Amino acid sequence: MRMKPKTADKIATVVIVVLALFIVVLLLGLLGFILFRGIGQINWHFLTSAPQLLKGGGGIGPQLFNSIFLLVLTLIITIPLGWGGGIYMAEYAKPGRITSFIRLVVEVLSSFPSIVIGLFGLLLIVNKFGLGFSLLSGAMALAIFNLPLMVRTTEQAFRAVPKEQKEAGLALGLSKWKIITSILLPVALPSLITGTILASGRIFGEAAALMFTAGMSSPPLDFTDWNPTSPRSPINPLRPAETLAVHIWKVNSEGIGPDSKEIAAGASAVLVILVLAFNLSARWIGRVVYRRMTASK
Amino acid sequence: MAIPFGTEQLSIYYGHFQAVKQISLTFPEASVTALIGPSGCGKSTFLRSLNRMNDEIAGSRTEGHIWMDGNDLNEPGTDVIKLRQKIGMVWQKPNPFHKSIYNNIAFGPRYRGTKSKKALDEIVEKSLRRAALWDEVKDRLHDSALALSGGQQQRLCIARALSVDPQILLLDEPASALDPVSTGKVEELISELKQELRIVIVTHNMQQAARISDYTAYFYLGSLVEHGETEHIFTNPDNRLTQEYIMGRFG
Repeated sequence: MRMKPKTADKIATVVIVVLALFIVVLLLGLLGFILFRGIGQINWHFLTSAPQLLKGGGGIGPQLFNSIFLLVLTLIITIPLGWGGGIYMAEYAKPGRITSFIRLVVEVLSSFPSIVIGLFGLLLIVNKFGLGFSLLSGAMALAIFNLPLMVRTTEQAFRAVPKEQKEAGLALGLSKWKIITSILLPVALPSLITGTILASGRIFGEAAALMFTAGMSSPPLDFTDWNPTSPRSPINPLRPAETLAVHIWKVNSEGIGPDSKEIAAGASAVLVILVLAFNLSARWIGRVVYRRMTASK
Repeated sequence: MAIPFGTEQLSIYYGHFQAVKQISLTFPEASVTALIGPSGCGKSTFLRSLNRMNDEIAGSRTEGHIWMDGNDLNEPGTDVIKLRQKIGMVWQKPNPFHKSIYNNIAFGPRYRGTKSKKALDEIVEKSLRRAALWDEVKDRLHDSALALSGGQQQRLCIARALSVDPQILLLDEPASALDPVSTGKVEELISELKQELRIVIVTHNMQQAARISDYTAYFYLGSLVEHGETEHIFTNPDNRLTQEYIMGRFG
């Protein structure tokens, strides 16, 4: 006998709600577990002092700084390239073989495992270019890792602008470049910023691409030395730098200090909180920027 | 002798399909010309070719001449950016920029080099007055244009087109997405504006064509069937096809 449409509808609704709840519970459980284990470790000392790998009682200060500085360096490389590439794909590329090829390359690149990009970075950037284990090598590897996502987000953000906007600009006698910068960009900017911040979250949590590029150690840093060429300076882009995510991996797998489990838990909690903050702020910043740019309430 | 503004043997192709077939049409000064005809007859394509907006459609090709003050706008060397400042355009769906009311109008003039705030203020006021929108928005010029009603947005788009002082205005079904009151306002506006510029309007509304236009051109399957004074076309057309369309027998 066939089921009544109403009954079928009810069953489907229940199944879908249960699945959705399952995902939410899983996510909250995971978050709760990480935060519960780690939040007790977090205090000012933990966030600012250097790790003590042998005797314990250290913090994650340099790693936290490295992660943030590396993110900044990566964005400096990725934003011009990614936004530029995306704008090209959305507004300039003519449909044809070359465009399809570029799109294929971008898609293949975006599905590359990050460890492979790390190894590629080791061979090309670290060894061949002779940049060594350094923040700059790490930033370049992360840029490769992140670029496809950036190009795609930008292209989609520009394509999502109604084509009537562009027509209005053309009919008003504006140049293509003026239309892109003054009419399309303000409309696309909120999605661009949201996309960039979400990508930043991914960059921030990335470990595999960095182990062989930015390195797994950090020289003792002197936070009073702001000369970018001095080897102990925190802002020297050519020094090796272990990031937070790499540190978690290292402490967890080969830590020998008495408190390495607690350090890993605390660092994980910090990482999760920061990535969450990136995600939550993305929407909010996107909205604020849109209001600023368009005079809407 | 060169035609002041009009087309000569204009044909437009999309790939192998010929959408507009050798149309010669002139637009007299200070008048409204209505382009009518069933959907797909090529009238919108024809309209869009007049300011070279068809160039933006991949695979389109335009042959023939578009004359304006003795220049052929369809010559490859034509500066389309300059040309589009002389020929404004408004679409069926209002498309204000995502900017304030003020900046929607000031944008074009500012781009063309008007920098002083006073001059821009004047242009904004003048354009909005010409588009009969000033009284409704003068107290909220810096609010978003998207907060306006559909009819107001459409008049804003007309004001925006007027801001760069065009000689010709192309209207592609400018009132078909509006309610009757807003439609009335837009029609009134068109009759006002034709004192100063040439207007070419595509419309599906026969009453509208009869009300506001001085000349009417009837398009069918890409060809110009009949062209003449509106009164003549609507009361005593020469061609049977025109009569049948106007009487609502097909279309």
